[in-house]
Amino acid sequence: MTKSTTASIEGVGAPGSSAAPEVTAEARLAAAPRVPVQLGVFTVSDVTPDPTNGVIPSEHQRLMNIVAVAEKAEEIGLDVFALGEHHNPPFVSSSPTTTLGYIAARTSRIILSTATTLITTNDPVKIAEDYSMLQHLSGGRVDLMMGRGNTGPVYPWFGRDIREGINLALENYDLLHRLWREDVVDWQGKFRTPLNGFTSIPRPLDDIPPFVWHGSIRSPQIAEQAAYYGDGFFHNNIFWPIDHTQRMIELYRTRFEHYGHGPASHAIVGLGGQFFMRRNSQDAVREFRPYFDNAPVYGHGPSMEEFTSGTPLTVGSPQQVLERTLGFRQKVGDYQRQLFLIDHAGLPIKTVLEQMDLLGEILPDLRAGLLEGRPADIPDAPTHASLLAASGAQPDDSYRFETGDNVTGLASRTA
Amino acid sequence: MRITAISSGLGQPSSTRLLADRLVSAVRARSRRPDAEAPQIDVVELREYAHDLLNAELTGFRTPALQELLDQVAGSDALIAVTPVFNAHPAAVFQLFFEVLDEGALAGTPVLLAATGGTARHSLVTDQALVPLFHYLHAVVAPVSVFAATSDWGDSTALEARIQLAVEAFSRLLGGPADEPAEPSDGAGPQLRAVADDLALTDDFEQMMRALGH
Repeated sequence: MTKSTTASIEGVGAPGSSAAPEVTAEARLAAAPRVPVQLGVFTVSDVTPDPTNGVIPSEHQRLMNIVAVAEKAEEIGLDVFALGEHHNPPFVSSSPTTTLGYIAARTSRIILSTATTLITTNDPVKIAEDYSMLQHLSGGRVDLMMGRGNTGPVYPWFGRDIREGINLALENYDLLHRLWREDVVDWQGKFRTPLNGFTSIPRPLDDIPPFVWHGSIRSPQIAEQAAYYGDGFFHNNIFWPIDHTQRMIELYRTRFEHYGHGPASHAIVGLGGQFFMRRNSQDAVREFRPYFDNAPVYGHGPSMEEFTSGTPLTVGSPQQVLERTLGFRQKVGDYQRQLFLIDHAGLPIKTVLEQMDLLGEILPDLRAGLLEGRPADIPDAPTHASLLAASGAQPDDSYRFETGDNVTGLASRTA
Repeated sequence: MRITAISSGLGQPSSTRLLADRLVSAVRARSRRPDAEAPQIDVVELREYAHDLLNAELTGFRTPALQELLDQVAGSDALIAVTPVFNAHPAAVFQLFFEVLDEGALAGTPVLLAATGGTARHSLVTDQALVPLFHYLHAVVAPVSVFAATSDWGDSTALEARIQLAVEAFSRLLGGPADEPAEPSDGAGPQLRAVADDLALTDDFEQMMRALGH
């Protein structure tokens, strides 16, 4: 990486700079460091009372706290920040691209992703447009994780039916996949009005569509979908025993190979995880227990001890979190992305940021451990730069549509 | 042949466990006939899993012990299920177990139903509460079930006759020695239960898309 390149990339993110400089594809390529395993955090944007004092953040506070977590993630050297999407209380993030666009302007390096993008209730045309916009504005620092959404009542608000969840995910994503790869799309399907001569704008940056992960906890059809396209597969891995995660990943890897994208070990795998750490493990246990006991989803259920032994949740010292996390690859093979859920269950922002400081401290060991014994042929985590390099294409961003007063259409390329 | 007997009695000792043991003995006695295969029968007390079951219902999280039990039941060739009756309903812990059990786990599995209660006024609970549940789970419910009221334990001749009748009917479903020639033991039951793997991929990508008209 050259000095001048670094400067131009940082210029994009500098708040208050008078005009965001244009960055060339060559600069994007040159600026990209090699990251075999991306480490990051994700948030579902829940608004949850702090069980120790009853304090509930306002929606505004929660949103600004999420921005603070994202900025902190870049500061401590994480690779990914991923934001959830919900359309009902007690969540705050309904429009992830708004927030991610804001974060993009305040950061310069971190990849912005989703956890998850609702491929069932969103119009795939709008997803194509929104994330292509974000991809341009962030300089290619965008990927997405597709999810179905498991809240039945949400579907009808968007004219959908949860019983069609899998089918919506299949058809909507198939259209999205085309919209990012074909300049003019004619399309007809079961769930959406047909498209005739439709061009989704802007076209993906450098003609490289954002990388897509498909997230699913227990639907083999989604592992199959990810495998078919050669996309990534993300298993949230936080409420279930690791053996279950292992089975889902195995299925995805087998089918990835079946569809000819390479050997099973080259499939692109991401895992979730969650921890609470303090330097002294007893302090971690004591401090986190009220949050665990009252947390949405698993609160008022199994004991923290049962849950930590049965699922990947780790409550303890940084060393324990390090060792537990490094154990995942024994179950699922070498993988490309590890995200942690850290800002949920009503934890105050101060505590969350302290968690991130501790994560920053173990980050070098985490990176080194994940690479220990990793065969050289295992693919690195995909990024805009790696996909651009792999495409072998010479990026050409000259405008290729007719200008002026016309209907959408593809002009013959002159360049 | 592997049979699991589930008792959801709450007391220790419980009359529900007593009834389960009587049913197990009767099934064993039948299988001691020279032409029968001796089944392996494990008796499980749901009481020991009560907290795990409620946690699984609340959060979806299953302890390893509970998962082992669920796997054991799903992998059994047949089931004996016995519950006490409270307020005209099966015990909550019994109901909870079959709510947590994966759908399809009992499809095609022969099940012998039995219940205990304070008085004979509860005796229809097997037909009115248990049969619909197991029918929904696609189990093959034995045509004779057993209800034991407190008074039945005083002079259990009638109860014993009922147990024999029920076990006779249950055994026919197991493909064991009966009046008719037996079906091979790898008959319809195990085939139906091939769906019990919840992660089994039934359609590949192209089949799923074709079904959508693409």
